[in-house]
Amino acid sequence: MTAATDELLRLEGLTRAYPGVIANSDVSFTIRTGEIHALLGENGAGKSTLVKMIYGLVRPDQGRMLLSGRPYAPGRPAEARRQGVAMVFQHFSLFEALTVAENVALGMETPPPLRILSGRIREVSEAYGLPLDPARHVGDLSAGERQRVEIIRCLLQDPKLLIMDEPTSVLTPQEVEILFGTLRQLAAAGTSILYISHKLEEIRSLCDEATILRRGRVVATCTPRERSAREMAELMVGASLAVPSRSPATHGAVALQVSNLSRPSPIPFGTPLREISFSLAKGEILGIAGVAGNGQDELLLALSGELRSAPGAITLNGQPIGAAGPAQRRKAGLVAAPEDRYGHAAAPDMSLTENAWLTAGARMPLSRNGFVSWGKVRDFAKAVIRDYDVRTPGPDVAARALSGGNLQKFLMGRELQQGADVIVINQPTWGVDAAAASAIRQKILDCAAAGAAVVVISQDLDELMEIADTFAVLNAGRLTAPRPIQGLDTEQIGLMMGGAHGMEEAHLAN
Amino acid sequence: MIIGGIDIAVLMASLMVGSVPILLAALGETVVERSGVLNLGVEGMMIIGAVSGFIAAVTFQSPILGFLAGAACGAAFSLIFAFLVLVLQANQVATGLALTLVGIGISSLAGQGFNGIKPPVTGAVPMGPLRDIPFLGPMLFRHDWVVWFGLAMVAVTWWLLNRSRAGLIIRAVGENHEAAHALGYKVNRIRLLCILFGGAMAGIGGAYISLVRVPQWTDNITNGIGWIALAIVVFASWRPGRVLFGAWLFGGLLVLGPNLQAAEYRIPVEYLSMAPYLITIVVLVVMSARKGARMGAPASLGQNFHASR
Repeated sequence: MTAATDELLRLEGLTRAYPGVIANSDVSFTIRTGEIHALLGENGAGKSTLVKMIYGLVRPDQGRMLLSGRPYAPGRPAEARRQGVAMVFQHFSLFEALTVAENVALGMETPPPLRILSGRIREVSEAYGLPLDPARHVGDLSAGERQRVEIIRCLLQDPKLLIMDEPTSVLTPQEVEILFGTLRQLAAAGTSILYISHKLEEIRSLCDEATILRRGRVVATCTPRERSAREMAELMVGASLAVPSRSPATHGAVALQVSNLSRPSPIPFGTPLREISFSLAKGEILGIAGVAGNGQDELLLALSGELRSAPGAITLNGQPIGAAGPAQRRKAGLVAAPEDRYGHAAAPDMSLTENAWLTAGARMPLSRNGFVSWGKVRDFAKAVIRDYDVRTPGPDVAARALSGGNLQKFLMGRELQQGADVIVINQPTWGVDAAAASAIRQKILDCAAAGAAVVVISQDLDELMEIADTFAVLNAGRLTAPRPIQGLDTEQIGLMMGGAHGMEEAHLAN
Repeated sequence: MIIGGIDIAVLMASLMVGSVPILLAALGETVVERSGVLNLGVEGMMIIGAVSGFIAAVTFQSPILGFLAGAACGAAFSLIFAFLVLVLQANQVATGLALTLVGIGISSLAGQGFNGIKPPVTGAVPMGPLRDIPFLGPMLFRHDWVVWFGLAMVAVTWWLLNRSRAGLIIRAVGENHEAAHALGYKVNRIRLLCILFGGAMAGIGGAYISLVRVPQWTDNITNGIGWIALAIVVFASWRPGRVLFGAWLFGGLLVLGPNLQAAEYRIPVEYLSMAPYLITIVVLVVMSARKGARMGAPASLGQNFHASR
């Protein structure tokens, strides 16, 4: 990377408030030409709002921006793109039913006819080692390939500044390396990159400068290579972190046995489950990793009972439950917590008390003679709110009113408090801040220590390394044989995750 | 050519004429639904188009002004739906149903005093000697201009949705409105334009019923044709080419009834009137039974969009 000195984007005193929260307060920093600049912060630190201001989706209340020395105040994304600012989104910006070329065209101001555009997509994708077929439907692509669509959409417009919002959260370690190669190549060619993440090691290996946000303010600007990950983490969080403690494993009898489970996916563009087999002992935590969209949602549905199978395919304490529905499985001692908080794990417009009853009602003594004892349900909800530090005025608040992280804490508590024999969780700490995440992990460890068998499906490898006893990977609907987590390193895990979906070859050819 | 007592050329000609209202309304609704809006008020917009077109045509003695008034009033009427759904975020299904009920009521009120009047004739497009080609002449070349307009609109809608940038944006908005918003497209503005287009097309279709098909004004003149148009959009899996096929198929069933009766077949007409709906149900079952195949329904269909951030 060349150490260019001229500055591309300067932010001066940007402030933006929403009703009740100040998302950004007096944020100032500069990005130089050809620099990879990290924007670091916890969930809710104000990274997204800041980036939306730069990309023209949100207007700042105060402060100003300068792009190449000229005042820069984009009113909408199209203006930002015209001035050379492009953005790769974390979520929500691709259209599954449209082709790659159509998706790219939608992100451009004046796209050429599709045939010419397809040719240019091929050219650019090969130049940067990101092979992509312009005629395929995005719904059929893997997460890594979808990200390539976004990156290429940006590159086709020769951006001066490329914003990347948590680009690696859906990638395998190998795909991450390839992405970093592409980004370094871009920076060397003079494109500045604003790289948003909370993964410190990535930032240390990739970025030239880092701006750290906490509660909407800049708390530090540093050179990541010169700081340790721990130093930056403490700047980011503002306190030292507690590492969950675990007692030595003492596993009991087999609690959950899954044998040869194969089911087509009920989800459009989903992944079918193929011959999944594993067994789980009491007190054991099985961590299931894998890139999103490799059957995680389907596996959760199959275990929770929303997707039925042959009776013998799943046994709970020796009893076949494969054909049982979710309520029957809960009664038998298996509870499940899906990933999607608004709509799948919770009914957003119902109160926390009502949501508590929806799953706990099957297991806990919360009703009498067929009538719900709302007093007891309320007490249960209150206990969850207290034990899991859910920030809410009370149990009568609608689930929708809670922030994602808070609702997640409540939902985790609701399942973990039920004293179930087997607990299945998809993405336990997704979108939760670091302190709450470590509290949730501790509770999961406590449940296992009390004898529960736990399946944790997660895309956060560090999380699985921290809490799981055994480790397996879902890849295209198949589960690898579970292995003890001790002695596994990132390299091996990456290989278990199925490599980089054919990306290595193109990279070498490049 | 006469088969089984039915003149095929005449049957085909009346099929092309009979399918025009369904075709126009269904094309408009296809665009509306592709943008992610489910407007169940097609029947209401059609009957508003029918009554306003009739009044304008009779008052000014001009069929062209009648059709223009039908389009304008259909679009204006759909504006009520757009305001409720896009601005007030009302439930689309309930609003659409209400639109139909209101439309039938208003049209009945506005049409008072226009019963029993003959509207000015919408003449055939002069095709010269083509008219007199045996078989093809009566089948194809004696139609009025609205028939040709309907066929042209199939091509226009197809081109708009599949080949133009505007169509790509419409499909994007219907597919994933969050993503479209993130890219900077004005989701609700695009949907408003689509709803207005759907209203205008339904209005022209309605005017065709009162000015050409019947042609006079009676209460509840559309008599369920708007519902058939809605069914066709699903039947056609949201594709204009298949909408034409569906309109001819369903329109054909409607005109077959009188023809069969004239030829003294003993098939109760009720079976033919229920056929479009039965066929739609069968097609839906077949389509959803095909595992993994794309249904073609826009992913955001029926969901309101509010830019919360």
